[in-house]
This record gives sequence, structure tokens and C-alpha cells, in this order.
Amino acid sequence: MSIRLISALIAVAPFAANAQSQLNMTQGVSEISQRVYNLHMTIFYICCVIGVIVFGIMFASMILHRKSKGHQPATFHENVKVEILWTAIPFVILIGMAIPATKTLIAMEDTSESDVTIIVTGSQWKWHYKYFDRDVEFFSLLATPQEQINNRLQKGENYLLEVDRPLVIPTDRKVRFLITSDDVIHAWWVPDFAIKKDANPGFINEIWTKVETPGVYRGQCAELCGKDHGFMPIVVIAKEPDEFESWLDEQEVIAREAKAEEQRLLALSMSKEELMSLGESVYLGNCAACHQPNGEGIPGVFPSLKGTDMVLNDRDAHIDIVVNGKKGTAMQAFGAQLSLRELAAVITYERNAWGNNTGDLVQAADVNQFVNR
Amino acid sequence: MSTAAGEMTHHDHHHHAPSGLTRWFFTTNHKEIGSLYLWFSFIMFLVGGSMAMVIRAELFQPGLQLVEPHFFNQMTTVHGLVMVFGAVMPAFVGLANWMIPLMIGAPDMALPRMNNWSFWILPFAFMILLGSLFMEGGGPAFGWTFYAPLSTSYSPDSTALFVFSIHIMGISSIMGAINVIVTVMNMRAPGMTYMKMPMFVWTWLITAFLLIAVMPVLACAATMVLTDKYFGTSFFDAAGGGDPVLFQHIFWFFGHPEVYIMILPSFGIVSAIIPAFSRKKLFGYSSMVYATGAIAGLSFLVWAHHMFTTGMPVGAEIFFMYATMLISIPTGVKVFNWVATMWRGAISFETPMLFAIAFVVLFTIGGFSGLMLAMTPADFQYHDSYFVVAHFHYVLVSGAVFSIMAAAYYWLPKWTGHMYDETLGRWHFWCSLISVNVLFFPMHFVGLAGMPRRIPDYALQFADINKIVSYGAFAFGLSQLIFLWVVIKCARGGERAPMKPWEGAEGLEWTIPSPAPLHTFETPPEVK
Ligand code: HEC
Ligand SMILES: [Cu+2]
Ligand SMILES: [Cu+2]
Repeated sequence: MSIRLISALIAVAPFAANAQSQLNMTQGVSEISQRVYNLHMTIFYICCVIGVIVFGIMFASMILHRKSKGHQPATFHENVKVEILWTAIPFVILIGMAIPATKTLIAMEDTSESDVTIIVTGSQWKWHYKYFDRDVEFFSLLATPQEQINNRLQKGENYLLEVDRPLVIPTDRKVRFLITSDDVIHAWWVPDFAIKKDANPGFINEIWTKVETPGVYRGQCAELCGKDHGFMPIVVIAKEPDEFESWLDEQEVIAREAKAEEQRLLALSMSKEELMSLGESVYLGNCAACHQPNGEGIPGVFPSLKGTDMVLNDRDAHIDIVVNGKKGTAMQAFGAQLSLRELAAVITYERNAWGNNTGDLVQAADVNQFVNR
Repeated sequence: MSTAAGEMTHHDHHHHAPSGLTRWFFTTNHKEIGSLYLWFSFIMFLVGGSMAMVIRAELFQPGLQLVEPHFFNQMTTVHGLVMVFGAVMPAFVGLANWMIPLMIGAPDMALPRMNNWSFWILPFAFMILLGSLFMEGGGPAFGWTFYAPLSTSYSPDSTALFVFSIHIMGISSIMGAINVIVTVMNMRAPGMTYMKMPMFVWTWLITAFLLIAVMPVLACAATMVLTDKYFGTSFFDAAGGGDPVLFQHIFWFFGHPEVYIMILPSFGIVSAIIPAFSRKKLFGYSSMVYATGAIAGLSFLVWAHHMFTTGMPVGAEIFFMYATMLISIPTGVKVFNWVATMWRGAISFETPMLFAIAFVVLFTIGGFSGLMLAMTPADFQYHDSYFVVAHFHYVLVSGAVFSIMAAAYYWLPKWTGHMYDETLGRWHFWCSLISVNVLFFPMHFVGLAGMPRRIPDYALQFADINKIVSYGAFAFGLSQLIFLWVVIKCARGGERAPMKPWEGAEGLEWTIPSPAPLHTFETPPEVK
């Protein structure tokens, strides 16, 4: 009975795949992903056929050869011919499966002659993208608000699969990704490209794709990377090549202007209100995952920032650890991730929130000294 | 050997039976130690099971409801560790303790004092592990695979306790394995040649060699994590010239044989039960033995199939793909042999047989998904998704755990002297069978649809299936309480069990009274 139920389930699986909620592997949007899908379905059907035969014989004997029907047991317990046969047949099937698998694998691992190269760096819990030979790089963070995660707001359509700044790639071009990590191991997984590659700290992995259709493709980190492993999604937008080129140019201009603007604003001081409100939003977006919204951290894992010696008394050390991080710990260098104003704001915020009330104001110029060190 | 034999005669003269706790603390009797192991493993099964319930309750719907992500990670980690090292492995050692001497006609295990020791360090290992959950910063939260550097620079302070508990578990397993090997090699009754040994003895003998080969490797991995974290070495830290992927190679060099450690004894159990209830000899006994040996040998050559996404050279990927595919051949031989054993038998469906049949089918389904996982290009999609979670729960829960339950029902009459309640046993079986499939089958679908494993919260398109899975989990968890009830009821009384309660059963264990007296085969039986 049970087995019939299971084989029924297996039998409906491919049909169910067409139903509303996705039940099967995606065919994806590249030639490779299509080949991977075909390979997956081929093995799946082979397994189904073997399953039907083996379980079929087993069930037949459970129905025909039961004691309650008065069946007398036979006495055979060996048959060399049969045994050789059922060793040899699977071997042949395996060879049949290995051939397409090997071909696809070799194609997947051939990263030569790429048109665009992007360096992908994972860190707890965000992705950083840098376009090789171009002045464009940015971090990509989860965009789903905490209120949705904590069930205080209705969850949006792309709940947990949305980021503030998606990666943009061209269609019809061979895009090569160089994947690495700044802290623990992460894995960059976009099912529609059939790409999953580990981001190993200190080493660089290569993988490529050639997307055929423009669109938005979503994925997630696939390797357990600590507390917020479930909250570091990947969003890739594939654009037509010329659209992509103009996007890239535009990004370069924006980045250049932002830098100039930052230098221009260095001399300007922000008011306490400005610093505190900007600081709070930066804190919640970048620091609260570890140090918690209330600043108390997680004892034994992430330190509290409430009333600690550094936060209350040592302004320089405070700026330094935020800007440059601390090697070998989860505390990253935020100097490259945030603007000077944001850094100043978040440090000010930490020194005055949760009853820390030091009254200190940290300005962009103060932070700048540590960045240039 | 001479000392072991001396110890045994000494034991015989006294027939002392200290009562109360000391009896259990100081016992060197293989049956009592076997029972200790089995009860311990059942308690751990419930502990690990309650952690699974926490996990499934959190995953019942999208959003964070019950636990924090950091605690969730501790639950997945400790659930895995408890189930592997606390539930499945000790259950098999318990069965080995009880049954191997009875099956080969030996009076006890060869090294009874070491036997006592190897059991009694286990509860302490788990007290340390479970206790670390209550430390500041929590217990291990890096997955049961404890990949570096998440388990080194980025792990909570309790990591040292985790490492020590792994060491103790390893020592316990190694001692258990030594005991099995020495017993089987030296204490077989006259006439019990190797090729006459029951399959359970064979599979355990091979398992024991696997254990001795790989538990030290696990201990090394754990020690290197310890020194990397606390003593400034950089085995797994690129900044110091190490390599985080090295950890995975070492871990899976242990880890892959480990999965066979958890399934070979199952093969032995099922190879005893299916012939018994088909009333027909096991088909292809010698090919079963060779297949077990082949699986054990190949298990050392396939470890990197857990690591296809780490960025290996293509040549290595191809090698590990082929080697992994090869394993399906001896495994297939076993399945075909079981089916051929049933073919034209006279089959009856008592609870042990029901579990054994379910084992064959569900384990094979796990084998199919394993074969799919072996195909490297497809593995890039399956890896670290719920498809893998479905795969290894099919082989470990509806595989290893079902076989352990089959074994328990099969030998309970011998252990307790009473027949278990067949109606309750069937209830347990059908509830478990249905719920285990509701629990694990849909996981294949969410995995294929792109849900990563080890996440406390998920995107909305995975919601429907996760709800079904959670219902299955709760039902499966509750079903195991029926088992507890059956066992307690059977231990306390019931219909008297004859010497050989199963018509078609074969083996020396059925030539002694039920319940098996404390000392058996003091004079070795003669095997024809
Ligand atoms: C991935 C987790 C993580 C994130 C995100 C994070 N921190 Fe930290 N932070 C840590 C850890 C771990 C330490 C302790 C480092 C050590 O071992 O000294 C730390 C230490 C600190 C300290 C020093 C505390 C003391 O008293 O010694 C400050 C200040 C700090 N972080 C500020 C920040 C700010 C500001 C942000 C956001 C811009 C931030 N952190 C984001 C993990 C994190
Ligand atoms: Cu991750
Ligand atoms: Cu493996």
C-alpha cells in the first residue's frame, strides 16, 4: 500500500511540476541550466523505471507469495547467472548516465574567453560586487524590512529574496564570476543560471554564465555562514548588452560624483539630530544583525555596545574598529562599506543611544583621518 | 585473549548480581550493556527528535515566530549530532552487544570491561554537548559538519566543549568497534566459519573496521579546529597559510564512511528479517558479503562528492562522480537480493517484516536521490538544498532508524521473554510510515524549487510545502511514543515468548530460552 502511494507520488511529480507552486528544478535561462535540467530529468526517469520494476516485482511477490494464501516457500537461494546480470545491467545504465553528465560538467567548468568579469565577495551577511576593470562596486544587502520578518507587517511578494542593490549583468555575453569571501564560507547560488559556487575566504573560485533572456533572477546563499545565513539573498538583473553598457557608465559617473561630493562635505559639520537619525538607520541596516537593535549584542557571540569602555571612553578606538574592523573576528571593516557621513553618524549614534549619552559628536572629518591611515 | 577468557571464567564463578544503580554501573555483561546502549539511544532519539520539532515548528510558516536564528542554528547542529552519535550509532552498538555473542555462540563480548567503559563515557559526552547549549553564547551553531572557519574564528565560546564531546564519542565508538572485531575473530563457536556467520555479524565486522579507520580522522579534524580556535594554529585559515577546504576534505574522509557505518548494520538486520518472514533462505549470501565489502572499500574513495561546489579541478570532480556512481552497483545487488529472497517465499507481515519491507523501499528511494546527487552538474543545483535534506533523511530515518525498529520488534521476544503487542506494533508502523513520507517526501520538491537548507525563514513560494512537512514531522514525532509504549508494555509482561517465536527465523540466538538468561553459551554450541 505504502509503496503504491509513494510510486503514485513519484509518478505525479513531473506533472505537478507544472502547477502553481514550483515543485521541480527550474529550466533556467542559460543553455547550461537547460542541460542541467535535462540531465536531472533523465536520471529522474531512469530511477523511476528502475523503481517501478524492482518495487513491482517486490509487490507482486508480496501479493502472490504470501503465507496466508497458503503459498509454499521455494528453496532456491543462489543463481550466478542472474546475479551477474543484475550487476552488469546497472553498470551499463551508469555509463549511459555518465556520458552526458561528463560533457555538461566540462562545459560548465570552462571559464575561458569571458566578456565580462565580476568579483563576488561574500561576508556576513551581504554580497559585494565589483566589475573588473571598471570603477563600479557595491554591496548588496537584504531589503526585506525587519517588520515583515517579525510578522508585524504583511510580507511582500519577494519576501527574503529582495536586495537594496541588485547585480546587473548583460545577456548574450559570457559573464565570469570570481567568487571569494571575507570571513566564513558562503555559497553563491542562482538556480536560474545553474550556478552554485562556494565563496572560500582566501581563495578564488571561478564560474560563468551566459544568460539568454533579460529579467530578474533571484537566489540565496547556500552555505551555512552563521546567524543570518537565511537572510543574504542574491538578485541579478540581466539587461540587453547595450543597456548594460550604459548602466555601467552611469554607475561610474554616480560613483565619481559621490566621491567628490563626500570630499566637498568634509568640512561641513552635521547637527546632533542629523547624525542621530542617519546613525540610527545605518545602525539598523548594518550593525543590528550582530549587535542587536538594542545595542546589547548576543552574549558570548557578539559584544554589547551598551556602556562598554570603548564606547563610553575611547573615541579613537571606537572609530578605528568601525572603520578598519578587527581581523579574525566577525567585526568587519566598514570603511569601505559606508560613506564618511554614514560612518560618522553611526559612531555618534552608538555613543549616544541606549543610555550611552556621552554627548560626543563624531564628524565626517574625524572619520576621514582613520580612513586614510 | 587469555586475559579476556580468564575474566569470563571469573565472572561465571560468582554469579553476583549487585542490585540497583551499581548493577548497571559496574555491569560487564553484554546483554545488560546492550540494553543500556539501546535505552540510551532511545532517549537520545527523543532528545534529538524534540529539537527537530522545534525546527519544524519554526519552519511551519514564513517569518520568525518561535526562536532566534542563532538558536535555530544550534538546534539544527545539535539535532544532527545527537541523532548521528547519540541515537543511531549507539543503537547499532547496543544491537551488536546483545546479538553478536548470541549469533556466533560466544559467552560474552571479548573485552567486557572495555565494553562497560565504552558505554559509560557516552552519557558524559552528551551531558557536555547538551550542557553547552546553556552556556553564554549558546552551544555549537555551525552545523553538525562544523566547517571551518565558522567553527573556529567565528564560533561561540562553547566550541571547546563541543570538541571534547566529539572526542569522547569517538573513543567510545573505537572501543566498541575493537570489541566487535576481537569478539568476532576469536570467539566464534566451533564450526562457525566466516562464511557461515549471519549477515548482521558480517556487516558489523566490516562496520567496525570502518569505525576504527575513520573515527581518528574525525578526532583529528576536531582537534585541528580546537587548536585553530584557541592555540593560534592556521590549519584552516588562509591568512596563516592554511585552507578552509582542507577541513572539508578531512571531515568528509570521515563523513562518507560514517554514512555507511550507519547503514551497513541495517543491511545485516534486514538480511535476517526478510528471510525469516519469507520462510526462505537469504538469496545470494556470498554476494551479500562481497557487496558489503565493496561498499566499505568504495566508501573511502568518494568523500569529495559532498564538496563539488568547493571549486575542485574538473578531473577530480569527474573521478568522484564516477566513484560515487559505482557504489550504486553493490547497493543495487543488495536490494535485488532482498527482493529475490522474498520471491516465491511464504511471506507473512508481522511488524518486523513491515519495517523491513518499508526499509527496502524507502532506503532505495534514498539511494535513487543519492544517485541523482552523484551527477556533478545536477548536484550544483541540489547541493545544500532541501533535496539533500530529503535524501539523507530517507536513508537515515526511513533507512537506518526503520531497520533499528525492525530489529527491536524482531528480537524483543528474545530480550524480554514476552511477545510485544502486535496490534500496537502495526499502529506504530503505519503511523510512522505515512508520517515519515509526509515529512520527507515533499522536501524533495522545495529543494528542487530552490530552498536552501539550514535556514530559519524562507520565501513565500515555499510556504505550502513547509506546512505539510511540519505536519508530517509532528505526526512522526508522536508516532514514536507508540513505540515507547510497546517496548515498556512488552518489558513488563505479555504473552510468553517461546524459544523461537518466528517460524522462519534462523540462527543460534533462537536456540536459547526466551528471555535469554544472563549467561549463555557458557559451553560453546557445535555448528554443523
Ligand atoms: C557580522 C557581525 C557584526 C556586524 C555586522 C557588526 N559588528 Fe561590530 N563587532 C562584532 C564582533 C564579533 C565584535 C567583537 C570583536 C572582538 O573580538 O573584539 C564587534 C565589536 C565592535 C565594537 C567594539 C566593541 C567593544 O566595546 O570592544 C564596536 C564599537 C562595533 N563592533 C561597532 C559596530 C558597528 C558600528 C557596526 C555597523 C556599522 C558593527 N559593529 C557591525 C560583530 C559585528
Ligand atoms: Cu550563508
Ligand atoms: Cu558521502
